[in-house]
Amino acid sequence: MSNYLHNYLGVFFVALVPVVFSALTLRLGKLLRPNNPQLQKSIPYESGSNPFSSTINKSHLIRYYLLALAFVVFDIEAVFLFPWALRVASLGVFGLIEITIFVFILSLGLIYAWRKGVLQWL
Amino acid sequence: MISIAVLGEGYLFLIGKAILLLIVIPAFSMLIGYSFLLKMMSHMQDRLGPMEAGPHGIFQLLADGLKFLQKEDLMPNGSDRFIFKAAPIVMLVSTFLLYVVIPIGPHMVLENLHTGIFYVLGVSSISVIAILMAGWASSNQYSLLGALRAGGQLIAYEIPLVLSVVGVIIESGTLSLQGIVKAQANGNLFGLPIRNQYLISQFIGFFIFLISAQAELAQTPFDMPLAETEIVAGYMTEYSGFRFLLFYLSETATAFALSAIASTLFLGGWAVPFIHGTLAQVIGPFVLLAKTMLIAFLIFWFRFSLPRFREDQLQAFAWKFLIPLGLVNILITAIFKVAL
Repeated sequence: MSNYLHNYLGVFFVALVPVVFSALTLRLGKLLRPNNPQLQKSIPYESGSNPFSSTINKSHLIRYYLLALAFVVFDIEAVFLFPWALRVASLGVFGLIEITIFVFILSLGLIYAWRKGVLQWL
Repeated sequence: MISIAVLGEGYLFLIGKAILLLIVIPAFSMLIGYSFLLKMMSHMQDRLGPMEAGPHGIFQLLADGLKFLQKEDLMPNGSDRFIFKAAPIVMLVSTFLLYVVIPIGPHMVLENLHTGIFYVLGVSSISVIAILMAGWASSNQYSLLGALRAGGQLIAYEIPLVLSVVGVIIESGTLSLQGIVKAQANGNLFGLPIRNQYLISQFIGFFIFLISAQAELAQTPFDMPLAETEIVAGYMTEYSGFRFLLFYLSETATAFALSAIASTLFLGGWAVPFIHGTLAQVIGPFVLLAKTMLIAFLIFWFRFSLPRFREDQLQAFAWKFLIPLGLVNILITAIFKVAL
């Protein structure tokens, strides 16, 4: 097996450990904890009053949706910045001009979103 | 046959290293929790804090942990039970994965991945999914509000976090954290033999990284997702007992991991200028621990001193100040790198 895959196998085992640990501890914890289910206990906590609906406040979702869209643009920008950042010295002035144009275009997007009021709460 | 045997031992070694984290992470989590969350906060508020469990209450968190195990396992009506159970575990996985690439000595790192810091930024954003899972599955308005706030906050501050790291990558020319430490240990500033120079040349990046880390950890100036005076406990409202403990553990352990990564990127990690060889091997972990505790101290100092932002101030600060500043920092760093 190549060294590369071997490294990520280690990562996989590290991801597995907390899953196994929590499952085991929760199972063993059954011996320690009481189990006395009552209807009152399982009502969602809403400051003492009974919850009357489970509907979601849609206006919040729209606001976060716009921010999430802006996030996707900038996250992809970051993905393109990383390979260039690794090779700045060898790409030299050419790479610098290219990335300036790239960042400038994306900044126009940010300014557009700013002017449109996406970044404004309410 | 021999190759299979070697492979088998390799597997055991990998599993052993992974299990080692089960001791390391709760230990560091308790160190952070005891020294900052319990004692430092208490002393800043002019009180003693826990004093009963062990000398100066050092076993308080252990006692708390045992107590959490004895709590009844409650789940609210109408919750999505599978996702509700899975959310704290996903959060913990994200935390554990952060520790994989942090180097603590010249040859001491769990897995020296070539993607290093890129991998760190990737796995640290898994926690957003865990928080949204927790908020959505709880069937509680407070939880949902907290989760959406957390989602909006974490993605907004992830971009400045990424941009602040790009400056360091431009200077060091590598993504591997071990490589970044070595670039600083042998580095120079404008031709002068000044080691650990990123604190000086990337001080804007360091500034952005600290603020974004504070927001990623949802510590107080940025603790709207958990704002206890507004939305009870945000996405953690319906969690109790051991599942709550998992969230808590993951929060403190992530604070430690991000501090360690900040000290690796900007303060030189395990390296001490002009010390090489076996001595560096021995003192490396302690040097990193000292630097990490310093950064963690800063994070918790801000947490206990500053009042909470408003939600609109939070978003405006990330999008209108930190992101443009991060882009400018990248361009300036690149111009210096190309010109010099």
